[in-house]
Amino acid sequence: MTCLHLLLTLVFAVSLGTPVEIQRPRGVPLTKKQFYEEGKPFTCLDGSRTIPFDRVNDDYCDCKDGSDEPGTAACPNGSFHCTNAGYRPMFIPSSRINDGICDCCDTTDEYNSGAKCENTCKELGRKEREVLQKMAEITKEGFLLKQQLIEEAKKGREEKQGKVTDMQENKKQLEEKVEALRTVKEAAEQPEKEAKERHLKAWEEQKAAIRLEKDKAKMAEAFLELDDNSDGFVSVSELQSHAELDPDADGTLTETEVQGLMGGAAQVDTSTFESVWTNIKDKYHSESQPEEPAPVETPPDEVKEPAVDNDSEPYPEDDISEEDDEDEDDKDDYHEDDDKAPPTVKTPEKSHEDEEAMPPYDPDTQALIEAAQKARDDFEDSEKALRVMDDQIRNIEKELSFDFGPDAEFTYMYSQCYELSTSEYIYRLCPFNRVSQKPKYGGSETNLGIWGSWSGPENNKYLVMKYEHGTGCWQGPNRSTTVKLTCGKETVVTSTSEPSRCEYLMEFTTPAVCQEPANTEPSPHGHEEL
Amino acid sequence: MAVISIERMGLLSVVCVSLFFSSTFAVDRGNFKTCDQSAFCKRQRALKPGQSPYRALLETLELSDSRLTLQLINDNNKVHLLLELYRLQGNMTRVKINELKPLKPRFEVPDVLIAEPPTEPLSVLSKDDNGVVLSLGAENQRLIVSARPFRLDIMEGPEVLLSLNSRGLLAFEHLRLHKDTQAQADGAEVKESVDGDQQQDEGKKDEDGESEKEEDGLWEETFKSHTDTKPNGPTSISLDFSLPGVEHVYGIPEHADDLKLKTTDGGDPYRLYNLDVFQYELYNPMALYGSIPVMLAHNTQRTMGIFWLNAAETWVDISSNTAGKTVFGKMLDFVQGSSEKPQTDVRWISESGIIDVFIMLGPKPSKVFSQYASLTGTQSFPPLASLGYHQCRWNYNDQEDVKSVDQGFDQHDIPYDFIWLDIEHADGKRYFTWDPHKFPQPKEMLQGLMDKRRKMVSIVDPHIRVDSGYKIHNEITSKDFYVKNKDGKNYEGWCWPGNSGYPDFTKPEMRAWWASMFAYDQYEGSMENLFTWNDMNEPSVFNGPEVTMHKDALHGKWEHRDIHNIYGLYVQMATAEGQIQRSGGVERPFVLTRAFFAGSQRYGAVWTGDNAAEWDHLKISIPMCLSLGLVGVSFCGADVGGFFKNPSTELLVRWYQTGAYQPFFRAHAHLDTTRREPWLFGPENTALIREVIRQRYALLPYWYQLFYQAHKTGMPVMRPLWVDYPKDTATFTIDDEFLIGSDLLVHPVTEEGSRGVTAYLPGAEEVWYDVHTFQKHNGAQNLYIPVTLSSIPVFQRGGSIIPRKDRVRRSSTCMENDPYTLYVALSPKKFAEGELYIDDGHSFNYDTKKEFIHRSLTFANNALTSSNLCPDCNFLTSSWIEKVLILGASKPSKVLLKMDGKETPVDFEFDTSMSVLTLRKPGMNAGADWTLLLQ
Repeated sequence: MTCLHLLLTLVFAVSLGTPVEIQRPRGVPLTKKQFYEEGKPFTCLDGSRTIPFDRVNDDYCDCKDGSDEPGTAACPNGSFHCTNAGYRPMFIPSSRINDGICDCCDTTDEYNSGAKCENTCKELGRKEREVLQKMAEITKEGFLLKQQLIEEAKKGREEKQGKVTDMQENKKQLEEKVEALRTVKEAAEQPEKEAKERHLKAWEEQKAAIRLEKDKAKMAEAFLELDDNSDGFVSVSELQSHAELDPDADGTLTETEVQGLMGGAAQVDTSTFESVWTNIKDKYHSESQPEEPAPVETPPDEVKEPAVDNDSEPYPEDDISEEDDEDEDDKDDYHEDDDKAPPTVKTPEKSHEDEEAMPPYDPDTQALIEAAQKARDDFEDSEKALRVMDDQIRNIEKELSFDFGPDAEFTYMYSQCYELSTSEYIYRLCPFNRVSQKPKYGGSETNLGIWGSWSGPENNKYLVMKYEHGTGCWQGPNRSTTVKLTCGKETVVTSTSEPSRCEYLMEFTTPAVCQEPANTEPSPHGHEEL
Repeated sequence: MAVISIERMGLLSVVCVSLFFSSTFAVDRGNFKTCDQSAFCKRQRALKPGQSPYRALLETLELSDSRLTLQLINDNNKVHLLLELYRLQGNMTRVKINELKPLKPRFEVPDVLIAEPPTEPLSVLSKDDNGVVLSLGAENQRLIVSARPFRLDIMEGPEVLLSLNSRGLLAFEHLRLHKDTQAQADGAEVKESVDGDQQQDEGKKDEDGESEKEEDGLWEETFKSHTDTKPNGPTSISLDFSLPGVEHVYGIPEHADDLKLKTTDGGDPYRLYNLDVFQYELYNPMALYGSIPVMLAHNTQRTMGIFWLNAAETWVDISSNTAGKTVFGKMLDFVQGSSEKPQTDVRWISESGIIDVFIMLGPKPSKVFSQYASLTGTQSFPPLASLGYHQCRWNYNDQEDVKSVDQGFDQHDIPYDFIWLDIEHADGKRYFTWDPHKFPQPKEMLQGLMDKRRKMVSIVDPHIRVDSGYKIHNEITSKDFYVKNKDGKNYEGWCWPGNSGYPDFTKPEMRAWWASMFAYDQYEGSMENLFTWNDMNEPSVFNGPEVTMHKDALHGKWEHRDIHNIYGLYVQMATAEGQIQRSGGVERPFVLTRAFFAGSQRYGAVWTGDNAAEWDHLKISIPMCLSLGLVGVSFCGADVGGFFKNPSTELLVRWYQTGAYQPFFRAHAHLDTTRREPWLFGPENTALIREVIRQRYALLPYWYQLFYQAHKTGMPVMRPLWVDYPKDTATFTIDDEFLIGSDLLVHPVTEEGSRGVTAYLPGAEEVWYDVHTFQKHNGAQNLYIPVTLSSIPVFQRGGSIIPRKDRVRRSSTCMENDPYTLYVALSPKKFAEGELYIDDGHSFNYDTKKEFIHRSLTFANNALTSSNLCPDCNFLTSSWIEKVLILGASKPSKVLLKMDGKETPVDFEFDTSMSVLTLRKPGMNAGADWTLLLQ
């Protein structure tokens, strides 16, 4: 407090280069000089009170807004203005006046602290100009590159749109072709189906005849077996020895039950046995042969599986969600086809060893089948071609749907990846797709987030990209990455960090964010007071 | 920190992983012993009162000037004990009991007492067959030794202040030979499982019962997968104390529990065993990171203390004859004139060592503090900067991160003094080194902070990575400084770096070497603004029993069992010594420790370990630090924001408001939490946090002066209300508000969504001024205070003068030469007094060269006077008095400054609504003699 100077002579350069002296209280910017008139009572800038002028900068805070002490640290909320001639003027909180730390490059904040400050304004100014110049160059070149990018993107977009239009056209033709081939296929399948049915029917009849014969033989055999006393009749007692025939399955085959089976007769001969046989043949166990094992049934499911797999194959994983409907249609078609496929499908029908396999198709039927198969193949090929085209269209449309910036200047990054190698990891940024991290010396890749949205400030959301929902953290959130974009000639990831656990930050330069340089030559620091 | 993410635990064993696998947020109690699982505690607690087998052999009494010795005999086993009694200067009595002829020496805790306590003469007043009456000096105090059973009573006048073994729970398990070796040994030695067990009743089957008793963990015990080999067998000791007329006992930290200790009937005793407890639970007697075996007993008449000097695992049982009674029941007693006097009974049980107990007889609270301070020393006088705000996180990732956080404080105009680096800063958790990628230029970083007049703390833990490429490990190995396992090999356990050795800090040579490692040329990259944090010094051993060291590990000839609770003290001691040495003995150290013991106050600060971002954890920080303050450790704080989990913004703000008014003010956060630097919660919350940190900085002169006082006298800085209002029973259980010194009363808001708090303003004679509004309130009332998120209720006591530096800058060092504002709060009698202490803020020159200013400030008879409390001190300050606020004043017609024989008028303003007189810029130097006259 001993050596406070109420007023300060300021010397600084004006644009003309002639030094001008302007007197005003320490810490007051030129714009506010008018409020500090020497010798006249000072009114706090908030108007709260008026004090004698000698209380301005007297190292005691009188004004609530701190305006009476612009040049001392007396007010908790004051601010000090340093001119910083040669560099940029600035305000610092008045608590930084004489705190032993050089804040103003012109050293004016440390006038009574003993801190040895050097005036670095010129140096800073020079450096800043260099940086600004460099920046300006980068911006300029970057902006040119950006124009190219915009141009390319525009062309690319037009091309793609054109392509999509063409493809849509082709698609229509294809669709027509598919429909035509479907008709052909269906036309070929009808006679095929009829011929096959005929064939099948003939075979079924044949099988039935064989079965009937077999049954008769079995019946005769059974009769002989049952007729224990070989008197030509099967009696109640003879039948009763076959406990397995018990109709109520209570473990005992009563006489009454047997009589029931025998239709009330006490005994039957070979001819009347036929009706009895009908009653018992399902349960009857031959005395001479061991029990036949129950045929193992093959589960009817899963038969269709491979078809489903084929179906989804051509689609990239990511795309599935949007195309559910169409997909399902495709699947349904396929499944129908499957069901109609030639009898290679194993039916769960019991096949007895002694039943013969179905005889081969006769040449006419075979010819019909071959014709139908060809029609099916043609139809499927055309349908597949349609699907491939659909995918292509969808991919292009998806690409076209991304927000690649106001002038599509970010288009070029799509489907590109940019890497940065640090001491421990390789970071990989694939714009509009994902961010990942892979340990340099072995170990699996970690997903640091998938494309979320542009999330820069309101005035330019295209300065920040947000990638979310990466791999989860132990006891923490899912990993996410914020990518900050700055203007640069090249597209490079310049740094990565993890400011908070599992929240990553990437710095990324690209010409796409370079702003159009001001038309006039950059004059980096117009003094605000001039 | 105690927790580690599984991802980062590749090195750790499965045992260790399972330790941390509890996914629910709570301590895994199964990892820590109950009394029942601790063989000696179970044995001792099984003893029933009233059956003491101990008898004093009065014929063996010997009395020298200051020391009385007397033999005790256990009538069950005929083992002789030696009792030593000392009258210590300052109204204390020391009672020591050891075996008369132990098989080998028993451990007596060194390095805790600052000196052999000076004694006063004892004299025998009378003696007969039943006992001896001794005089305890001039204060009408007597010590009565009863012979059968042995018992000690300390009396003042007709009143018994305290009795020892009054319940007959003295039990001293003597050293004995194991039965395997018994054959060759002296067969005459009688052995039994527990001295003084109820074997009186079953004495006949003593010999037969022996083998069964052997099962009880006498010579070996297993907890979870860990076996304690116990080569010395049972060695535990126990003694009971009765406190007639006492209903309130305090102390024995560290427990996450209320200030007033609870009775332990029906539950576990309070446990003292330094442990790294992962995600500790609140309101229970489980052991935590530190142990101070000191209990205070208080009633309206007297405050006393019991200091049980034993570093082994210790359990403390508390019972009370009034505990079960409701307030109504007590009233009924009173109305009906029930004769039963309230009494608290306390019982201490330790696993090994000897009985060495100091009875501090007060009678005033301040006297107990000075008595304890005379034994174990006072709080170290911290560097002023360490009373500022500390910004910590596990972890600031790299130099860039440190730089940007540092800049963040400036951008948001928030002051701070220290930024901290946790374990990730070191190269592979090799302490004393720096990660070459993240911190390639530590000096550059430290210089950057120094340019801002700020400081840094790096962590140095006591577990040393076993790695032949690591200098520290190699030197410790070559000097044979590691703790040994029971087989004499270097003890190894798992901790942060993986397999680690543990230096034997009980060895003075080891500590000297450790200290030398802090020299600037040894600790590469260190500079004078780098200070130290000792964590994990319980010691924490991830794969050890109860996450600590095996009790049969060896420190020279002593078992870890004997020294466990003092290990952490030694670590901090050696580290603080290192910091002193590196500056050639000039600079004061700053070391934070998690583990502590009696005496740790001499070496630095303590924090309450790994708390959590929960409202209850915020609340508990108050009683936890109050309890520590009562037993010498003033420099206490809790992690602001809570270590585990993410605090809500409201909780964070409230925690800053509370922490700003607690002695050690550091924000800290777990690795897995989201960032929480003060400016990350929107401008409103940044402003709230900025405001309260600024309040802290403005009050630094007061904090500093209180720490000087604590350092000189042992008075706690942060105090329970009863310390200053010992006769006001309403204060005895208050632990949601506290005093800072005698003059500031703080009632932090610790409830979510709170719209008001009720603060008790103590003292019928007092008035209290709201420090924010200057509104005056009468004492002895419960005051409801409506609060908003910006409120932190703080009151200045009428009758006090508090110096502040209201020009808050970006660090305390920047404020060094700033002027003071004196806040003079008048008592109803228009009186006030205070002090002002100034020194360089960082060196020992205040002590070695008397370079300080110590002023007394008195307001009386309408005159405020500054007078010198240390005329032979010399220190020059450029600080001056910029403003004086007199609260509760009346408007003067004129104000004059009298200085150097001259009188000059001083401008003033008077606020009639709040009766605040503001003296404008009186301008005198803070070290000068002056008087301000109000006319």
